[in-house]
Amino acid sequence: MTTGSLTAGRARLRLPRRQIPVLATLALLLVMYGIGVSQYTAFSNVQVIFNVFIDNGFLLVVAIGMTFVILTGGIDLSVGSVVAMTAMVSAWLLQEGLPAALVLVIALLIGPTLGLLMGCAIHFFEIQPFIVTLAGMFFARGMCTFISGSSIPITDGFWTRISQERIGDPRGNFVSISVLIAFVVVAVAAYTLAYTRLGRNVYAIGGNPQSALLMGLPVGRTRIAVYTISGLCSAIGGILLSFYTLSGAPLIAVGMELDVIAAVVIGGTVLTGGSGYVFGTVLGVLVLGVIQTLITFDGSLNSWWTKIVIGGLLFAFILLQRLIGIRYK
Amino acid sequence: MTDSRPVLTMTGISKSFPGVRALHDVNFRLFPGEVHALMGENGAGKSTLIKVLTGVYDTDEGTITLDGEPVSFSGPMQATAAGVSTVFQEVNLCTNLSVAENIFIGREPRLLGAVRWGEVRRRARALLARLDLDLDVSAPLGSYSLAIQQMVAIARAIDIQARVLILDEPTSSLDAGEVAQLFRIMRQLRDEGIAILFVTHFLDQVYEIADRITVLRNGGLVGEYLTTELPQLSLVEKMIGKELDVLEGIEEHSRRDLAALEEGTPLVAVSNFGRAGAVEPFSLTIHAGEVVGLAGLLGSGRTEVARLLFGADRTDGGQVAVDGTASSLRTPAQAIDHGVGFCSENRRAEGIVADLSVRENMILAMQAARGWLRPVPRRRQDELVDKYIKALNIRPADPEVPVRNLSGGNQQKVLLARWLITEPRLLILDEPTRGIDIGAKTEIQKLVTQLSDGGMAVLFISAELEEVLRLSHKVAVMRDRQMVAQLANDDSLDADRIMQTIASGSHREEADR
Repeated sequence: MTTGSLTAGRARLRLPRRQIPVLATLALLLVMYGIGVSQYTAFSNVQVIFNVFIDNGFLLVVAIGMTFVILTGGIDLSVGSVVAMTAMVSAWLLQEGLPAALVLVIALLIGPTLGLLMGCAIHFFEIQPFIVTLAGMFFARGMCTFISGSSIPITDGFWTRISQERIGDPRGNFVSISVLIAFVVVAVAAYTLAYTRLGRNVYAIGGNPQSALLMGLPVGRTRIAVYTISGLCSAIGGILLSFYTLSGAPLIAVGMELDVIAAVVIGGTVLTGGSGYVFGTVLGVLVLGVIQTLITFDGSLNSWWTKIVIGGLLFAFILLQRLIGIRYK
Repeated sequence: MTDSRPVLTMTGISKSFPGVRALHDVNFRLFPGEVHALMGENGAGKSTLIKVLTGVYDTDEGTITLDGEPVSFSGPMQATAAGVSTVFQEVNLCTNLSVAENIFIGREPRLLGAVRWGEVRRRARALLARLDLDLDVSAPLGSYSLAIQQMVAIARAIDIQARVLILDEPTSSLDAGEVAQLFRIMRQLRDEGIAILFVTHFLDQVYEIADRITVLRNGGLVGEYLTTELPQLSLVEKMIGKELDVLEGIEEHSRRDLAALEEGTPLVAVSNFGRAGAVEPFSLTIHAGEVVGLAGLLGSGRTEVARLLFGADRTDGGQVAVDGTASSLRTPAQAIDHGVGFCSENRRAEGIVADLSVRENMILAMQAARGWLRPVPRRRQDELVDKYIKALNIRPADPEVPVRNLSGGNQQKVLLARWLITEPRLLILDEPTRGIDIGAKTEIQKLVTQLSDGGMAVLFISAELEEVLRLSHKVAVMRDRQMVAQLANDDSLDADRIMQTIASGSHREEADR
């Protein structure tokens, strides 16, 4: 070989390997939707899709935060508890008679503060994210029960108004305000990841933290930022959940962190970090939502089937990631 | 070009770590528009010098000037900002990002905080065009070969207006064609006036590309030479640190009859064993009772050969026959089943379990061979351990003392005993005498002779040519990760000839038969 072989190293594979998991998710989603439409006439109603968003808006927002964390190769187990704590604190403060605006600000500060603290612990003390966020999970869940051992209803006017507001078209299809908020979060997150230095640093750290450090990227600051972002998303998710249920309950959203991780992974984000998209996470959440809807439509199937199907899908997608990863090396 | 003022000088550099003097009073200078090779064996201080230069380490003594101004960098980032860029042996980029992004991440052109991807791609293409590289800048870096990745790393380095480019063993995992590409780019950058510091242990490459050579040995400066004025043989001498006439005065020893040994079926015969990036394919036969010496500079691929034969690394291809029947050596367990034992060069990290006692360390390999469900009876253990403590003269002669309390030489003997207890048919000894005192060294050499007289085959790896010559029936010479020759140890073979073979690799025709 001489200088004539300059292009010898040209990309070996033309298929956009990075997009394969997302495309697989999209295909899966379309197949599931197709099954639904062919089996049940009512399934083709646009409102079915809208309901998936309405029922899973808070899950989507939390999954977006988790996408940031997983892209850096980390994990955040605290999200479910933070969602519950945010809803709980909101319900409690409203019950105590604080104005809705102030309650919103306080509730939205709790998640990011906890996320910041966890990020600092992970970065400065070099502790495994798994352990740090596990501690955060127990702490937040404990705080819920500390506030109240039982559910607190929300009767505040602002909350009930938002909860009941329907934004619809003339044919009667509608979404809730929560869905719009979730879409705004999705758009901001997608822009951040694709077009800002913070976003690109997230990918770089997930790809190779050692290299990122040697390239002079602010690894520590970015790592702390993603846990703060995840905390903020959990807080927004908690507010959306309180809109949805109009209450705060100490044992709500138990195990939600696992649904969130499943949605992110099924959405094509690689658990080891460095590869994945916000769009994929949206698809992942939709897959979970459509499975639930299919099982509801069927009526005869136990709701545990949702878990069984999700388990199978999760396994299949992790296997797919692994196969792509092996061919990558 | 090189008669101008040096762009970089390092004067009187010393650096010590606890217990080690890594650099002592080293001078180094680099002129604009030259490729300057930094040579030395592993541990000579090359890496330390580069780390001192780029601010990874502080200096204990000495000054560094850049363009005549004294400088002291706090780290690679600051050095890069000042125009001293480093590309490390391991490509430090993110393979999951695109080529363009790898070049610009951290300093992307932006508009109101948003990365301007079009501009990033355009500038990446322009920069790569300057290096005559035609790449798809949107493709992930990981879809390109390591050589291309290395060049992208160089592109990233020179985009920051680098005046000094440090390439730390950039060729160690590249094939010949890729090296040629890299050299073309290096020449081009040199012609643009960039000073290139090139670290490698491939001698041929130094003579192909370097204008000037600085040789380090044991942390000290040996000298600075123009490549044209330093023959390859002298370079090897300077790196190893022994004059040839000294080496020639080795005591005459009894040569052993190779022909008699090599009748009959070889114990182990491998052909075309090799591993990309570690060692080129080689073929080797070892007969029962034969000692095969493996000579070559540090880093020439000696250990890699041993690891392939033991199955610690997997060969990319080739065949192996044990006792004449086709077989495989793909895992250490298979190798042990075939009666192969391996004393690692790195006895602290890979061999000795420091907290276990002498007895426990010795029994390890035998226990592993039997399987953990069949413990070796304690009485049998004591018998064996006593036998080898006596036979190898291990001090203190106490089987229950933790191995960490033994001297290096005695630890080495414990490691040897561990494999001898399993009664291997082929024993691979990687640098068994390094770092131990002369008495223990002689004992180990004597032991190797005894073992081979008793019918055991030995692959003996050592940097000391005298030792290899004294013990071996046959010497295989490694150079630049290739087995360049196999020389019968007859009257015509001496250290001089081995050294010439290491330096030039031109003795292939004098193969073993």
